[in-house]
Amino acid sequence: MLSGWGRVPVPGREVRSEDLEALTRDAVLCRGLGRSYGDSSLPPPGRPVVAGTPLADRILAFEGATGRLRAEAGFSLFDLNRIFLARGFCAPVAPGTQFITLGGMVAADVHGKNHHRDGCFGRHVSRLRMRVADGTIVECSPEHECDLFRATLGGMGLTGHILEVECRLTPIPSPWIWRESERIADIDRFIEALKEAGPRWPYTMGWIDCLSRGRSLGRGILMRGRWAERAEAPPDPPRPKSRPAIPFVFPGWVISRASVRAFNALYYHRHRPGVERGIVHPESFLYPLDVIRHWNRMYGPRGFTQYQCVLPDTAGHGAARRFLELLTSRGGASMLCVIKDCGDEGPGLLSFPLKGISIALDIPIRDDTQSLVDALNELVIAEGGRIYLAKDAFTRPDHFRAMEPRLPEWTRIRRHWDPQGQLRSAQSVRMLGDRP
Amino acid sequence: MKVAVLGATKGMGRALARRMAQRGDAVALLGRDRGDLERSARDLEVRGGARVGTAVCDLERPETFAPALEEAETALGGLDAVVVTAGLFATQERLEADPELARRLLLVDFTNTVAFCEEARRRLLARGGGTLCVFSSVAGERGRKPVVLYGAAKAGLTRYLEGLDHRFRAAGLRTVCVKPGFVRTSMTDGLPAPPFAGEPEGVARRVLRAIDAGTPVVYAPGAWRWVMLVIRLLPRFVMRRVGF
Repeated sequence: MLSGWGRVPVPGREVRSEDLEALTRDAVLCRGLGRSYGDSSLPPPGRPVVAGTPLADRILAFEGATGRLRAEAGFSLFDLNRIFLARGFCAPVAPGTQFITLGGMVAADVHGKNHHRDGCFGRHVSRLRMRVADGTIVECSPEHECDLFRATLGGMGLTGHILEVECRLTPIPSPWIWRESERIADIDRFIEALKEAGPRWPYTMGWIDCLSRGRSLGRGILMRGRWAERAEAPPDPPRPKSRPAIPFVFPGWVISRASVRAFNALYYHRHRPGVERGIVHPESFLYPLDVIRHWNRMYGPRGFTQYQCVLPDTAGHGAARRFLELLTSRGGASMLCVIKDCGDEGPGLLSFPLKGISIALDIPIRDDTQSLVDALNELVIAEGGRIYLAKDAFTRPDHFRAMEPRLPEWTRIRRHWDPQGQLRSAQSVRMLGDRP
Repeated sequence: MKVAVLGATKGMGRALARRMAQRGDAVALLGRDRGDLERSARDLEVRGGARVGTAVCDLERPETFAPALEEAETALGGLDAVVVTAGLFATQERLEADPELARRLLLVDFTNTVAFCEEARRRLLARGGGTLCVFSSVAGERGRKPVVLYGAAKAGLTRYLEGLDHRFRAAGLRTVCVKPGFVRTSMTDGLPAPPFAGEPEGVARRVLRAIDAGTPVVYAPGAWRWVMLVIRLLPRFVMRRVGF
């Protein structure tokens, strides 16, 4: 059995090798570190073996003058940080976890706390080496085979197997983070505060309490950060953090409405009113969830899904409020609800973000999860927004088509490179109508 | 330390070479495929900063041993240690079904590995000594059902290394025999992982400490020392009944 981070298994198995070129020769799908929540990294029912990339993790070139890095697709963001932060470079985007591979970062065209300023990962990728469906190996870039390149950014590994990635790292003054956090009383002020912080701060994001209602609907903590200047940073590089693990799968009742409400209230009130600021370890700012290994076991034996959507600015200020009102009226309990303002849409043809507000929430799987996701999707469609494939396990094909006017163009390019539909995933079978 | 590693492009060898490069050791990579060696060399250079040498060496072709070690020694400007992590592995069922593969495995994992070690030993002793670190296996500790042939080759290798240690330690040759238990690498991919299964990075940390200290025998992960102690003490009639 094999599952995504949401721990909902399907029959399948992963084969790993250092030799990714050989491994992908007739593979149906590649899988990195398995951090996509839903079924994006899971095999289709008829071909239950995926090619695991994490052993293909060699750095092939690095230029200190330009920050240009080329590495095999299984090279992880964790290793990237470990090696390059101390040398004055960081990854061009700051997603929620560092336990992801370069190949996965391209396939999901990941974004992060700096999306409002720096866009998705794909904007910083200069070249890809891929094995396409007919077995040949192709190099693509924004200039060469640019259709394949654009369709692969955010293409969930369905346009070809990503073998090598070339991207540009960002120079930083020190490996430490200067952080400010602020308690915000409701959703409207939250969005204003995010938009206000955007021009001044490279990293912004917020955690919101999505169980609070009425006047405090969408209250939460706003985080703003930047790399610390050399003069204000501690002299030594940050030490690796110890990572305690959740040792076993919690019983299903641990995450209940009451426990989530208590956690959310505690988290909100632990922060004093107003602003807190100071120098922090980069991991505690950039990847707070990575501090606990196997935190996905918390959601019990049925697992969980993450729902992430973006609501465009064109839908107006009230869209996020309408979303949270629908969520609270449906009793959707989420311990983790993350809000972030996104910048412009990137070059990736199926890439998730667009100019607006992104909301991500964990939903423990219950009998009514499908109808909750359906209801949220209907609102997102009405607002002109869309969902993030790397998180999804429940969206219906007609809902996805309604959200994605870019889908026909992406499908045309995908079919050009893979006419027989050899590359596919559990997700593409479920949502794009691929053969099982 | 100036060290030549045979089998450094994959698995535990890769993890060990990375650790060495990161702390500033000068490393030369020995292996079968020139292109693969060059890619691993670039990886180590970025991670560690020092120039990494390469030389083609194939455990199935003994005529490559001396030239490869010569090339490594020249590239590094000397040689303080030689590490061998390369070897063949196949399940007992596959080896029983394919006698040619079984013959190859015995040749590579015992005869040719010993021949390579002999070449390395001569070179290290000629320079006044050094460390020879070779990956054997816990499979060589007892005759066991799932590893009859592989275990026999590794048992032979373990005994050879023990003898070498007794014979040449006084002359300056420190022999380190590594006995990995089950480690999650591409070699063991697809096999069911037992308790105490290890990761290559953990093994590398332990082995590097053993190389520095000149420890003659090292189990990795460490828990396998106690697991194998129990297995060595089991009476023969018990071993005949159990499946491992």
